Amino acid sequence: MMSTLGKTRFPDIVNRCQPQLLADWVQNQLSAASFNNGLMRESELREQSRQFLHALGEAVEHGDLTDIEESHWDETREFLAAVSRSRALQGFTPNQTAMFVFSLKQPLFQLLRQELEKQPEALIDEILSITRLLDQLGLHTTEIYQKNREEIIYQQQQELMELSTPVVQLWQNILALPLIGTLDSARTQVVMETLLQKIVDTNAAIAIIDITGVPTVDTLVAQHLLKTVAAARLMGADCIISGIRPQIALTIVHLGVDLTDVITKATLADAFAIALQRTGASVAAAERA
Amino acid sequence: MMTVSRRETRALRSSDDVVRVRQAVRQWAMAQGFSLVDQTKMVTAASELARNTVDYGGGGNVLLEALNEGSRRGLKLTFSDQGPGIADIELALRDGYTSGSGLGLGLGGARRLTNEFAIDSTPGGGTRVTITRWQCGDRR
Amino acid sequence: MERIPILQMGPFLLVSIQVDMHDQLAMTLQDDLTEQIVKARAKGVVIDISSLEVVDSFIGRILGNMAAMARVLDAETVVVGMQPAVAITLVELGLSLPGIRTALNIEKGMALLRHKLDAGGHRC
Repeated sequence: MMSTLGKTRFPDIVNRCQPQLLADWVQNQLSAASFNNGLMRESELREQSRQFLHALGEAVEHGDLTDIEESHWDETREFLAAVSRSRALQGFTPNQTAMFVFSLKQPLFQLLRQELEKQPEALIDEILSITRLLDQLGLHTTEIYQKNREEIIYQQQQELMELSTPVVQLWQNILALPLIGTLDSARTQVVMETLLQKIVDTNAAIAIIDITGVPTVDTLVAQHLLKTVAAARLMGADCIISGIRPQIALTIVHLGVDLTDVITKATLADAFAIALQRTGASVAAAERA
Repeated sequence: MMTVSRRETRALRSSDDVVRVRQAVRQWAMAQGFSLVDQTKMVTAASELARNTVDYGGGGNVLLEALNEGSRRGLKLTFSDQGPGIADIELALRDGYTSGSGLGLGLGGARRLTNEFAIDSTPGGGTRVTITRWQCGDRR
Repeated sequence: MERIPILQMGPFLLVSIQVDMHDQLAMTLQDDLTEQIVKARAKGVVIDISSLEVVDSFIGRILGNMAAMARVLDAETVVVGMQPAVAITLVELGLSLPGIRTALNIEKGMALLRHKLDAGGHRC
C-alpha cells in the first residue's frame, strides 16, 4: 500500500524503519552540544521523539507533504505546539526547541541514502521535499514559542496595570493617586479613567497625583498628566501634582512643557496640606492630656 | 482575516439625523463591546463628521460597519456627501481652521479620537471621510 | 416647539439639559437663557450636563457662548456634572472650555455662585 502512494519513499521509511530511526535520532539529540541535559530527562526526550515520529508517520500516510496547514497535519502541529510550550516552561531557548525537529534530518537522510543508493536523482528529490517539510515544522515550534512568550508578557502587563493604579481617599473631598513605575499611554488611560471615576464616586474636590515613584517623565507622559488635570478640571475638581524630583523638574523645563496652570508641590505632605486648606479643613497639633 | 459582521447605511439630511446617527453609533459601539470612554470618543467623532456632512456637504449618508478581526472588534464609519469638497485637506485638518461657524475642531478632532482616519475629497466632487476605532483602543 | 426649561432659584438660574440636543435646540437654549438672565436679573447660572453622554465641539461652543454672554450681562456661569468619559473625550478633542467654571454637581455649583455673590465680586 505504501509503495502505491507515488514516487516518494518517505512514508515507507518513516513507518517501516521507525525503531531504528528513533534510536538514531535520540542518540543524535543526546550527543548534540545544544542539548542541555539538566533541563529534561532522557526518558522524556525519548517519549517525545517516539510520539512525534508516530504522528509524522500517520500524517505522511495521507499524502501531501508540501503544506503543513492542511488538516491531516493537525495532530502533528498540535503535538509540536505542546512540545514547544513545555520546553518554553523548562527553560529551553527557541533555537533548542526548533532543533528538536531539525535534528531529525541527519538520521533520516542516512537511512534514505542506504535505501536509494542506486538512484541519486530520486535521493535528491526526497531530501528536498523532506527538508521543506521539516523546516516548516521546525519553524512552527518557533512560532508557537514566540506566541506563548507574548501571551505571558501581555498577561503580566495587564496584571501590573491593575495593581499599579490605587486611588485612595486621604480625607473628605481629597483623593490621592500615588503613581509607581513607568507611564505609557495605555497605562495612563487606565489611570485617568480610574481617577476621574473615583472623583465622581467620592465627590472629591481635589485629587493629588503623586509621581515620587515615576522614574522618568518624557514629553508624552507630561502631556498625559496635563490631560488628566484638564479633564478633572472640566468635571469640577482640581489636581495637584506632587513628588516632582529635581531631575524631573529639569526635564520638564527642558522639554518646554507648560505646567503653569497646574499646582505642583515637592512632596505629598505639602500637597495634602494645601488640599486641606483649600477644602476648608485645618491641621493643628493636639494638646496632650 | 477582517470580516464585516453587520452593515447599514443611514441618511444625513438634517440636524435631527445627526442626533439619530449619534444614537445609532452609541448602540453599535456598545454591541461591539467598547468601553464607555471608547464609545464616547467614537460617538463624538461621528457627531463632528455627521455635522460636517449636513452643514458643509449639503447632506449625504453614513455607512456603519461592525468589524471583527480575530478576537478584536471594531467599528468603521464612512461619511459621504456630494458637496463642494475640500480644496486644501491639510489646512482643513488643522485645529482652529473653519469655513463655517464651528470651532474648527471637527476634522482634526475626529482624527484624534479614532485609531484610523482617511479623507478623500476633490473640489466639486464631494467628500468621503472614513474613521475606524477598535475596542479598548489597543491595536494588538 | 421643543425647549430646554430654565428654572429660577433665588438670584440664580438652573438649566438642566436632559436630552441629546440637536443643534437648533442648543441655539434656542442660548437665546432663551440670554433673555431669561435679563428678565430675572440673575446673578449666576448653573448648567447641569450630568445627563449628557456626548459633548462635541458644537455643544462646547454653545456652552462657551452662553458663559460669555452671561458674563456680559453680569452673571457668572458654572457648568456642573460633566461625566468622566465626556471630559476625557473633550480633552482629546482639544477643547478645554476656557473661561467656564465647573463643579462636580448642582449643589457645589450653587455653593460656588453663592460664595462669589457673598464675596461681592463675581470675577476671579
